[in-house]
Amino acid sequence: MKYVNEFRQKDLARTIAQNIAAEVRPGRDYHIMEFCGGHTHAIFRYGVQDLMPDNVHFVHGPGCPVCVLPIPRIDNAIELCEKHNVILCTYGDMMRVPASKKKSLIKAKAEGADVRMVYSTQDALEIARKNPDREVVFFAIGFETTTPPTALALRQAKKEGLMNFSVFCNHVLTPSAIGHILDSEDAVADPAVKLDGFLGPSHVSSVIGSQPYEAAVAKYKKPVVIAGFEPLDVMQASLMLIRQINDGRCEVENEYNRVVTREGNLKAQKLVAETFELRDGFEWRGLGWMEKSALKIKPAFADWDAERRFELSESKGKDVKGCACPEILRGLKKPLDCKLFGTICTPENPQGSCMVSSEGSCAAYWSYGRFRGGDEGKETAA
Amino acid sequence: MCLAIPVEIVSIKADDETALVSLNGIKKEISIALVDDVEVGDFVLLHVGYALNKISPEEAERTLAIMAESGVIEQTVRENLS
Ligand code: SF4
Repeated sequence: MKYVNEFRQKDLARTIAQNIAAEVRPGRDYHIMEFCGGHTHAIFRYGVQDLMPDNVHFVHGPGCPVCVLPIPRIDNAIELCEKHNVILCTYGDMMRVPASKKKSLIKAKAEGADVRMVYSTQDALEIARKNPDREVVFFAIGFETTTPPTALALRQAKKEGLMNFSVFCNHVLTPSAIGHILDSEDAVADPAVKLDGFLGPSHVSSVIGSQPYEAAVAKYKKPVVIAGFEPLDVMQASLMLIRQINDGRCEVENEYNRVVTREGNLKAQKLVAETFELRDGFEWRGLGWMEKSALKIKPAFADWDAERRFELSESKGKDVKGCACPEILRGLKKPLDCKLFGTICTPENPQGSCMVSSEGSCAAYWSYGRFRGGDEGKETAA
Repeated sequence: MCLAIPVEIVSIKADDETALVSLNGIKKEISIALVDDVEVGDFVLLHVGYALNKISPEEAERTLAIMAESGVIEQTVRENLS
C-alpha cells in the first residue's frame, strides 16, 4: 500500500492546519456542520478538532440513516414481523436501534420474530425465492447511496414475478435535510450556534453529484464543500469553507473531485427516478416532519410495496425521556450535554439512535471523545 | 452505513450485471448493474453489494490505505464482503 505514507504525512496536516490558523479571522466563530456520519467518525478518530483554531467548531449533522429513522417506523418494522409474521430482512445497523417500549429488532428476534440480517438486497431476494410460502419484507433505509440497490431489487422482483417479496421503504434525501436544517435555523435564537457552512457527504455525492446542493446554496446563502472522508480531506474542505466564508462567497465546491462529479451516477439516478417518487413529507428523528424529504415506491411497483400490502398502525413512539438525540441531530447540543450519556446510555445499551451506529455522534464521542472530555466540556460550557 | 469500499473487478458474468471482485484475497460476487462499461481490472466503489461508481486505481489505493489506518476497514469489509 504505497499511499499510506502520503496520508500518514502529519506534515501535510500541519500545513493545512497552519493555513487555517492564518486565515481564520479572530473575533468571529466558524460553525461548520459535517452532514455525514462518516465525517464525524473521521473528525473524532483523527482528532481533527484539535488541529483547528479555537474559533472553528464542527457541528455534527444528521447524516446517519440509522440515527434519523423515527421510532414509529421501527415500531412498524417490528409489527411487520410480530403481527404479520413476515421474514423481515434488514441491514445489521438497524438491529439494535431502540424502538417503543424498550423494544428493538434484536429483542423481537430473541422473542421469536423472524428477523434476518442481510448485507445486500440480493440476499433479501434470495430469501424470498427460497421461502415461497412466506412473506419476505426488506426494511429499506438509507440515503442516496443505498437507494439505487433497493430500486434494482424492486425491478428484479417485478421481472421475476416474485410476489412474496416487498420493500418497506424509508429512503431519505440529503439535500432536503440540509435545506430543512437551514430553514429551522431561523427558530434558533442563539446566534452563536448558527451554521456558517456545510461539509457535503462524499459517497452520497458520488451518486447524486454536486449539482443537487446548488439550489440550497443559492436559497440559503451558505456554502457547501463536498469532502472525502479522509482527515486531510476534511481539513482541506474546511479550509475551502473558511475561505468562502471570509470572502462572503456561497458556492458548491468539490474537494472530492477525485470521485464526485457535478452530474453523479446518471444511470443510478435514472433507475431511482423510475422506481421511486417523492413523499409529501416524512418524519426524521430529531428533525421532525420535513416536506419532500423522502421517497416512496411508485404505483408501478405497488405490488411490492410493504406499506400497501400490510396494514400498519400509527405508532406514536417517542424517544426515551432525557435522550438529547433530537437536539444533537440539529447541532444544538453535544452528546456530553445529555444526562444519560455514558451512564445509562452506552454502545452496549443504547437509549437513543445516536449511540447505536458507529457513525452516530454519541457513539463517536464515546469511542474517541469521552476521554478528552475536558476540552469538549469547556467548549460546550462556553 | 454510507461508506463504500473500493474493490477490483476480477471477472464479469455473461449477464453483464454480476461480477466477481476481490479485496485482500476475499472474493465476492457483486452487482454491477448500476455502472456502465465496467471491465476486468477496473476498481469500483462497493456499497451493500452494488458497485456505485468506477474509480481510479490510485484513488482506490488511497482510500483503502486510509480506511485501514482509520480502523474502519474491518467493519466495512465485514459489512461489504462477509
Ligand atoms: S447519549 Fe444516548 S440518550 Fe443521550 S442523546 Fe446520545 S443516544 Fe440519546
